[in-house]
Amino acid sequence: MWALLLPALVPVLIFSVGPLLYGIAMAFTDAESGRNHVTRFAGLDNFARLLGDEAFWQSMRVGMIWAVSVTALQFLASLGLALLLHQRLRLRGLARVLAMVPWAMPPVVIGLMWRLVYHPDAGLVNSTLGTDINWLADFTWALPAVIVMGVWSGMPQTTVVLLAGLQNVPAELHEAGAMDGAGTWRRFWNITLPQLRPVIVAITSLDFVWNVNQFSLVYVLTQGGPGGRTRLPMLFAYEEAFEYGFFGYAAALGVAIVVVVLALLGAYLWRQLREAA
Amino acid sequence: MSRILQYAALLAYLVFLGFPLVWLLSTALKTPQEMAALDPSWIPREPTTANFAAAFGEQDLIGAGLRSLVVALASALLTVAVALPAAYALARYRGVLKRITLGWVLVSQVFPFISIIIPLFLVMRELGLVNTLAGLVLVHVTFTLPFALWMLQGYVRSVPRELEEAAAVDGAGRMRAIVKVVAPLLAPGVVATLLFSFISSWNEFLFALVVLKDPDVMTLPLTLVRFTGPEGVARLGPLAAASLMATIPSLVFFAIIQRRLRSGLMAGAVKG
Repeated sequence: MWALLLPALVPVLIFSVGPLLYGIAMAFTDAESGRNHVTRFAGLDNFARLLGDEAFWQSMRVGMIWAVSVTALQFLASLGLALLLHQRLRLRGLARVLAMVPWAMPPVVIGLMWRLVYHPDAGLVNSTLGTDINWLADFTWALPAVIVMGVWSGMPQTTVVLLAGLQNVPAELHEAGAMDGAGTWRRFWNITLPQLRPVIVAITSLDFVWNVNQFSLVYVLTQGGPGGRTRLPMLFAYEEAFEYGFFGYAAALGVAIVVVVLALLGAYLWRQLREAA
Repeated sequence: MSRILQYAALLAYLVFLGFPLVWLLSTALKTPQEMAALDPSWIPREPTTANFAAAFGEQDLIGAGLRSLVVALASALLTVAVALPAAYALARYRGVLKRITLGWVLVSQVFPFISIIIPLFLVMRELGLVNTLAGLVLVHVTFTLPFALWMLQGYVRSVPRELEEAAAVDGAGRMRAIVKVVAPLLAPGVVATLLFSFISSWNEFLFALVVLKDPDVMTLPLTLVRFTGPEGVARLGPLAAASLMATIPSLVFFAIIQRRLRSGLMAGAVKG
C-alpha cells in the first residue's frame, strides 16, 4: 500500500508540505533574497512592522472590499442565473454555455480581455456609456471596475453549484407549498432558500477564500495600480517578495492573511451552524 | 414572476456574460486604422485576419505555445501516473491516511499560494529547477494532485470490489485482475483527470511567473502578459488575436470534459 502512495507523497512533501512549514517558519526571520544575506531569527519583528505599515493596511482594506463584494455579488448574480436556468426557458442552453466559458479561459486572457473592454480610447465601456474615463487608472473607478471583472470570472463555479442544489430540492415540497396557497415568493423564501442553505454556506465560503487568494486576474488587469487602489494582499506580498526581496516580511504577510481568513471564515461558519441548529 | 420578466432577466445575463467575449473577438478582427478611430464599433467595418498573422510576428508566440503544450502534456501524464496508484490505495484501504489526504485536499484549497511560493522558490533554486520547464511541471503536478486524487478515488470506488475478487477467484492474479478488470472501467475517470490536469497547467500563471524568469523558456500566459508592455492602440488587435488563440485549447478540452468533470465531482462527493 505504501508503494502505491509513495510516488504521490514525495512531490507533495517536497513541493507543498515542506514549503508550507518552511514559509511559516520564515515569517519569524529576516530572510531576504540576496545569497549573501545571513538569515537570523527575528521573533515577531515582521508582524510589528506589518502593524505599522500603511501600505499593508491599505492592501488589507482593498482586499476585504474586493473579497466581500465579489463574493456577495457573485452569489446574488449566480443565484438569479441558477433560478432562471432551472426554469424551462428558451435560450437556456446558450446561457448555460456562456456561463461556463469564463471557467475554460486562462485567467491571463480574462485579464487582457477586460483591459480591452475598459480601454480609454478603444474600449467598449466608454463608447457605450459616452464617458471619457480611464477606468483602470482612475482612483475612484479602478476598484469597482476590477470587482466587475471578478464577478464575471467567478460566475461558473457558483452557478453550477447552486443549480445542482436547486435540482436537489424535492419537488413535493413546492407542490405542497402551492397547495397551501403559498405564492412564488413565499415558496422561494420558505422552501427554496432554507433547503439550499448548506450549499449556499459551502459555496460562499469557498468563493471567499478563492477571492482572497486571487492574484493572476488583478495582476494582469492593473498590477495593483493606480497608487495601490487595487493592490490585493496577494499582489502586495508578491511585490514585497519578488520585487524588493523581503522574503521574511512577505512570509509574515502570508501568515497574517491566513489568520484573518480563518478567523472570518470561522465566525461565518459558526454563525451559520448556530442558526441552522 | 411573469415570463416576460424572466426573459428580460435572462437577456440581461446573456449580455453581461457575452459582451466581453464579443468585444475580444471584435477587437481581434479590426484593422489598425479602425482601432485608432475615435468611436469604436461593435462590428468591425472591414474585418481582417491580419492581426492573427501579426501576433505571430510580435513575440515568440509559437515557441511559447509549444512550451506550454509540452508542460501541460507532461503535467497531465505525470499527474495521472502518480495519482492513479495512490487513488486506488485510498479507495480500497480505509484508515487514517484517507482522512489525512482529504484534509490535505481541503487545506490546499484554503492556503494562499503566496505563503508557499517563496519557500518553494528557494527549494527550487537549491535543486537547480528555476528557469526550467521540468521544474514548472513538477510544481504543476504537485498542485493538481490533491484534486486529481480526489476525482480518481471517486471513480475507483464506483468499481465494485466484487468484480476484482471474482476475477481473482477465476484464477487471475491480483495484478491481472486489476489490469484486465478494473483498468478498463476507470478509463473515463482517467480521461477526465488528464483533461483537467492539462487545462490547469495550460492556464496556470502565478507559479510560471515565479519559476520562469528567462523569456526564452516562458510559457504562453507569461508571453501574453509581456505582449502588452507600453500600450499603443495599434498593438491591441494582435494582442486580442493572440489571446483568442491561447484560449482555443482549453475551450476544446473543456467542451469534452464538462459533463465528465461534473459527474466525477459528484462521484467523489457522494461516495467519499
